[in-house]
Formats: sequence, C-alpha cells, structure tokens
Amino acid sequence: MSKRIDVSDLHVYYGDFLAVEDVNITLDAKSVTAFIGPSGCGKSTFLRTLNRMHEVIPGARVEGKVLLDGDNLYSDGVDPVTVRSQIGMVFQRPNPFPTMSIRDNVLAGVKLNSRRISKSDADALVESSLSSANLWNEVKDRLDKPGSGLSGGQQQRLCIARAIAVSPDVILMDEPCSALDPISTLAIEDLINELKDQYTVVIVTHNMQQAARVSDKTAFFNIAGTGKPGKLIEFAETATIFNNPGEKSTEDYVSGRFG
Amino acid sequence: MATLMTERKRSALTQNRLPKYTPYVVAGAAIVVAAALMALVGFNVFAWALLSAILFAAGNVTSSAVVEGRRKAIDKLATSLVVGSFLVALLPLVSVIWTVLVNGIPGLLTPGFLGSSMNGVTGVQDNASVTNNTPVMGGVYHALVGSVLITLWATLISVPVGLLTSIYLVEYSAGNKFSKVITFLVDVMTGIPSIVAGLFATALFALIMGPGTKTGFVAAVALSVLMIPVVVRSSEEMLKIVPNELREASYALGVRKWRTILKIVIPTAISGIASGVTLAIARVIGETAPLLVTAGFASSINTNVFAGWMASLPTFIYTQIMTPTSPSNPDPSAQRAWAAALLLILLVMALNFGARLVARIFAPKTGR
Amino acid sequence: MSNTKLARRAGTGRTGDQVFSGAALGAGVLIVAILFAVAMFLVIQALPTFTAPRSESTGGEGFFAYIFPIVIGTLIAAMIALIIATPIGVAVALFISHYAPRSLAKGMGYVVDLLAAIPSVIYGAWGASFLASSLKGPYQWLAENLGWIPIFAGPASGTGKTILTAGIVLAVMVLPIIASLTREIFLQAPMLHQEAALALGATRWEMIRMAVLPFARGGIISAVMLGLGRALGETLAVALVLSSGPLIASWIRSGNQTIAAEIALNFPEAFGLRMHELIAAGLVLFLITLLVNVVARWIISRHKEFSGAN
Repeated sequence: MSKRIDVSDLHVYYGDFLAVEDVNITLDAKSVTAFIGPSGCGKSTFLRTLNRMHEVIPGARVEGKVLLDGDNLYSDGVDPVTVRSQIGMVFQRPNPFPTMSIRDNVLAGVKLNSRRISKSDADALVESSLSSANLWNEVKDRLDKPGSGLSGGQQQRLCIARAIAVSPDVILMDEPCSALDPISTLAIEDLINELKDQYTVVIVTHNMQQAARVSDKTAFFNIAGTGKPGKLIEFAETATIFNNPGEKSTEDYVSGRFG
Repeated sequence: MATLMTERKRSALTQNRLPKYTPYVVAGAAIVVAAALMALVGFNVFAWALLSAILFAAGNVTSSAVVEGRRKAIDKLATSLVVGSFLVALLPLVSVIWTVLVNGIPGLLTPGFLGSSMNGVTGVQDNASVTNNTPVMGGVYHALVGSVLITLWATLISVPVGLLTSIYLVEYSAGNKFSKVITFLVDVMTGIPSIVAGLFATALFALIMGPGTKTGFVAAVALSVLMIPVVVRSSEEMLKIVPNELREASYALGVRKWRTILKIVIPTAISGIASGVTLAIARVIGETAPLLVTAGFASSINTNVFAGWMASLPTFIYTQIMTPTSPSNPDPSAQRAWAAALLLILLVMALNFGARLVARIFAPKTGR
Repeated sequence: MSNTKLARRAGTGRTGDQVFSGAALGAGVLIVAILFAVAMFLVIQALPTFTAPRSESTGGEGFFAYIFPIVIGTLIAAMIALIIATPIGVAVALFISHYAPRSLAKGMGYVVDLLAAIPSVIYGAWGASFLASSLKGPYQWLAENLGWIPIFAGPASGTGKTILTAGIVLAVMVLPIIASLTREIFLQAPMLHQEAALALGATRWEMIRMAVLPFARGGIISAVMLGLGRALGETLAVALVLSSGPLIASWIRSGNQTIAAEIALNFPEAFGLRMHELIAAGLVLFLITLLVNVVARWIISRHKEFSGAN
C-alpha cells in the first residue's frame, strides 16, 4: 500500500512571502527519506505541503505539482481531507487527544470520520496498529486509560499507531524525536526501520546521526539568508550525502562547519 | 586557618529590625488606648474596633519608620491600607448576607412557601395572619417556575448562538475584519444596561405582536441579549486555549474541520465552556429590571412562556417590597421577599458551585 | 486498499463542513443583527418623543429638560460608587493575590466571585431595609457639622433613602466585580518580574509598584470601566433605595433620580407618549454606556504597548 511521491516545480508561499522555492524530488515507495537542514530552511514547510497540512495556516499556498502515484494532490476537485487520510503525519510533540482513551486515540481516525466499525474489527485494528507501533505490550492492559498518562516516548508511538490505523500510503514525520529522551528516540528509530516495509516514510530531523541511521535517501535543504526562500540543495543516497556530498554547502553542514 | 564559626548572638542580618513580637505589643497598646479614648466619649463596640485598628496601623508604621527606615515603613503602610480595605470591604458584604439570612430563614421554613403561589393571597389573608399570629400564607412556587422557565429559554437561545459565534471567531474567521467587528459588538453588548435590553425586547415584540405583549418568552429574549456576550466571551477564551496541535493531529488523520471541531476541539474545551455557561445562567437568573418591563407581574402559576404574564423570583422580591400585598401590614410581604431573596442567593450559589463541579467533571483526565 | 482516485468527491463530509461553517458565520451575523436591531428599535420607538409638542412631555418643558436632571443623577450615583469601590476593590484584589496566605487566598477568591454574582435586587433590598436606616444618624451629623459643603447641605433625609445611599449600595455591588477582575490580572502579572524585583531587595510594596501595578494598569482601568457600566445601568438597587425627586445638589436629602430607575419605576404603567419618552431615556442610557465602553477600549489599547504583557 505504499506509494511514491513525485514533486515537480513546487513553490510554497505564506501570503506574498516565498518560503520554499522550486523543489523537484522523488520519494520512493517503501523507503525512508530524511530531510535535513538548518532551522528555518523550509524543510518542515515543504513536508507539510506533501499532505496539504500547510493550508491550515492562513495565507499559505502552493504552486507546482505533487503526484501521489501519478495523481496530483493539487489538481482541481481534490479534497485535502482525502489527501490527508492517505498521507498520515506525526508531529514534533506527541499530541494524543486528551479527552480520549488509548484505544479511542488509535481509533480516532476511523471513528471521527464516522465510519461504522464492529467491535471485533475495532479490537483487531487497535491491536495491529499498536503492535506495528511497538506499543501493544506496554499498553494492552490499560487501553481504557487516557492517552495523556503515557510517557513522552509512548505518547509519540501512540500517535504513530493512530496514524497507521487509517492505513495511509505515506507517513510524514516532522522531527518526531525532538521532544523525546535518547531511549525513547531509539525506540522510534527502530520503529521507523520496521515501518518502511509497508509505508513510504518521510522524516524531517535536526539530528544528522538520526538521518544517517534511519534513512535510505537524504535531502539537504538550505537557506541563503533571512527572508530568502529555502531551497533543496542536494538529494541523494544517504551514504553519499554524508560521505561524498556533491555540494560544498552540504559538506559544510554535515561535517558540522556550519549551522 | 579555617575554624568553625559559631552563630553570633546578635546577627548582622537582624540589625535595624524590629523584634518579632512588636506587632502584638502595638496591637495590645492600640486596643487599650482606644478603650480609654472610648471611655471618654461613650463606649461603642464598632467605633472601638475601628479606632483600635487605626491606632494599630499608625503605631506599626511609626515604629517601623523610627527603627527600620522609610522604605520599610512605606511597605508597612501599604500593607495596613490593603488589609484595612479588605476588612472594610467585608463589612457590607457580610452585612448583606447576614441580613438576608436572618430575614429570609423564617419565611423559607414556613410550610408551603416553596410549594404554593400567591394565587388568592390578598391583603385580607396577610392582615389575618398578623392579627391572629398565624403563619404567613402564599409562596414563591409560581415565581420559581417562572424564573426557571425564562432562564431555560434564554439559555436555549443564547448557548447555540454564543457558542457558534465563538467557534466562528476562533476556528473560521482567521482574524478577519468581520471578526473584529463582532468582537467589538460583543464588547458593546456586554455593556448594555439590563433595563435597555428589556426595553429592546418589549419594543421588538410590540412591533411583531402588537403593543403591550408581555410574556415569559419576551423576557427570555431580553435575557438572551445579556447572556449571549457572556457566553461568547467565555467560550472564545476556552476554545483559544485548545492547543493547535490537536487540531492538526486530527486534520492529519483526514478528519474534516467540522468533525474536528465537534469531536476534538469542543470536547477538549467542554469543561470551561460548560462552567462559563453555568456562570452566565447564574448571572441572568438574578436579573430583575428586564423582567419588570417584559414579563409583567403574575400571582398565579403560568407554565406557558408564550402566553400570559409570568412571575419570577427577582420581580417577586421587588414587587413584594415596593407594593406590599397588604399596605397596612407589610411584614408578611417583607417576609416573603426576604425568603425569596435567600432562595435566589442559594440558587445562584448552587449554580456557581455547579460551574466548578462541571469544570471538574468534564476536565480531561490525565490518568496519572 | 485505497486505490481510489484523489479527485473522487467525498460528498457528505463536504456538505457538513459547509453547513457547519455557515451556521457559525450565521451566528456571528445574528449578533451584529441583534445589536443593530437594539439600536434601531430604540431609535424608532423613541422618535415620537422628539416630534411631540413640548407641553405634552413629562414636566411640560420638552424632552431635554426632562432627561437632563436624571442624566446628572445617574452620573452622580455612578461617580460616588466608583470613588468608593475603586480603591477598595483594587486593594481587596491585591490582598487576595499578594498578601493573604495561600491557603486562604483561593477560598476568598471564590467568595468574591460569589459576591459578584449576587443579584442586584438583593443588594437593593438590603440597602432599603438595613443600610438606609443605619445611615440616618451619620447623615444628621454630616448636615449639622459639614452642612456648609453643598453636597452635605441639610436637612438630612429622615429615611436615609438618598443618592449617597444609592451610591454606596452601587459601590458595594460593583466592588466584587472590580475586585474579581483585577485579581485575575494581578495573578497574571509575570512571576519572573516579581522575583527579579524581590531579588533586587525590594520590599513587598516596592515589588508590587515595580512589577505588578504597571502590568495591571490596563486591566484595572477596564475593570473599573466595567464597574462603571454596571453602576450606570443598575436599576433595581437604585429604584429600591432612592426616594427620588428633582435634581438637587445635596447628597443627603431625598431627591435626584437615575435613568434606569426612572424607567423601571414608570414603564409598567406607561403608555402612549410616556412610553416613547421612557424608551428615549433608555436610548440615552445606552449611548452613555456605549461611550464609556468605547473610551475604555481606547484606554486599554493605548496602554497595551506599555503593559509589559508581551
């Protein structure tokens, strides 16, 4: 159920301000792609255009094409809601719904769309999603407790389980480990490695070691200066980016001489 | 050479500080001096307490000025003024509660007060109860029914309008011009005098239904004008503090905006919204002025808000005081008025506590 | 599983979105409409007053001769209330937020909120039955000893039902409102600034002056203005407490009247021109409170930049 994403000539604006300029990139199915780059370079902004989440911010708009297995996300008549149910997202800070139990959090995507689901199907979905998120064993005895009672790392895995439960084709992760401790981070990284067997995973990270550890390909974004648009500088196999980058600025960044 | 230093008898840190027992000494002196002064002009407990307090404050400040310096003295003066003001503020407020309790309890405990209306109770009965020393007739049931019904209808009108408006302001408007207009107008509405709201409802229904239309529903409309801005304001605050992350998490699951609002945003904020609504109800249930000009005066039970005059607790209190049922013997009316006042205060208090309870019950559980 | 084309329309959901956002917008429009209607109805119903011959108005000298004294009466009563309630209210708020022991403060906060919610008719009843009679003595004393000041000119009212009593009742009413609102503001004053002031060796009062009051200035003004609006529009407390009459300078004789009380006392029996006249009085009251509100907003917006709330 994994799909590839082809982006061509994409510009992202906030009002009149050009935030990200002219991105062309192909994200392969069943692979992990990492976006790295200094703060403010537009990597998170670009990530949010891949499931049209940027539209939530007033004034944000996009020019260009994003093809999900050949279907343009931005062609007329496409409902952003449909896009988002096929391209899931995990955020920087864990954000389980505070009013819901762990079980309801996992089922949120299904239930909120008022799809009818039998109890046995729901149980199966909860178990399979939580298992895929490596959380089942830790929470199976307290599924009816509030999700906010879990630790930060568990909450983040709950959020991943919640994203998986709507069976998306792609999972976007916006710095999923930046609010977590090293042990929880490790758990998430292991999970990402498993997820790529089924999903296209795109991860934004500030942590270069993390990009090196988890991703197959890496895209380096940079910004020329404050007020200038962010750009995709280089996109290649992760090993190439870290060991033998083609661009000077990539080398400076990955070797720590910059940013 | 490092030797262990023993604690000095007189610490440098307590230099120029008054000893701890100073305030007690000053207080004792103030009470004695005040008593002596009162003995000269005639004793009066209230004046004695007041004078003692003033002397105590003055003594404290002066002693501090002499020993501790100007800054400390000003601090003490400020403390005295703040505490003094608080005590002064307590006096009338305690007096209000005391007056209502003392005057209200006998009436409230009179059998039949809660269960009967003023139907058929005239000056004759009141005069009889005074001369024969029998329990006061008549009750507050019709007014209680009226208050509850009118407030219920006002709530039914105000909560949807107010909540939807706050949803528009927080979720849909994105701070556009129109939302600024609404916010300003809501502020203006908050300041509408309650009697003006009553006049508006009267004038509105006079145009629609003909002059002199006075029903419970007209009163409910008047109260809605007062209640809507309160609901908008409190719900807006509550919706604003729902973290954006939750909305984004829901959108990212492919959930539509309206479902996100209904199923995620509102449930997260429900405790605050519900307690805000309860407080708004508490505020309008005691409104009197708009009811005087919209609902008329009734002495019998009327459960139809769309026809006929309707009594309510506040207007009941007002009319019983202003125009006693028996002009020659106003005491039974006063007793009923105070009992109704006590009932109204209890109702408002119950709503206030209810608001806190509601907030606690609906608050998201942390599970820790 | 989801091989559907993206362009497939999800019909029902979208309609739901439109209906819901339409309803939300509609509610906003309704509020604008209500306020517009309030103003319109008051104007329309008030108009006959201005076209009627002067002699037919109450007092026989035209509407403005009728309304002027009660506008002044309204302002006097509200002014007395604010002069008393503002300093005490702010001090009470400070006491609860910065002076009282923590364990007490929370309970007192509840009590103040509760007092702010007590219906005005009860304050009115208290003022009429208890306060007025206990103020007779002091008024007598004022008339004898300070009678040379116009506002204390005698002979003092025999019932104590004077504009000063009404003002005091209004003060007692708005005090919890001012205290409750300013307490909220004081509690929001940034803890960091307060700790910084204390760390510099400031006394408690100096800390409050440096770090709390400047932050709260806008909030205090808006609380006072809200109290003013309440005092101007308050009806029942005045109607019950004041034995009204023509405009006079003395605060301790019966006399004077406020707009709201004038309406409440006369409207139930009013018809024809008298009714239009009272609605016109209501319009005047509405305009005064509107003015107070706008001025309050303006002051707050001016102070916002300096409040340090950012």
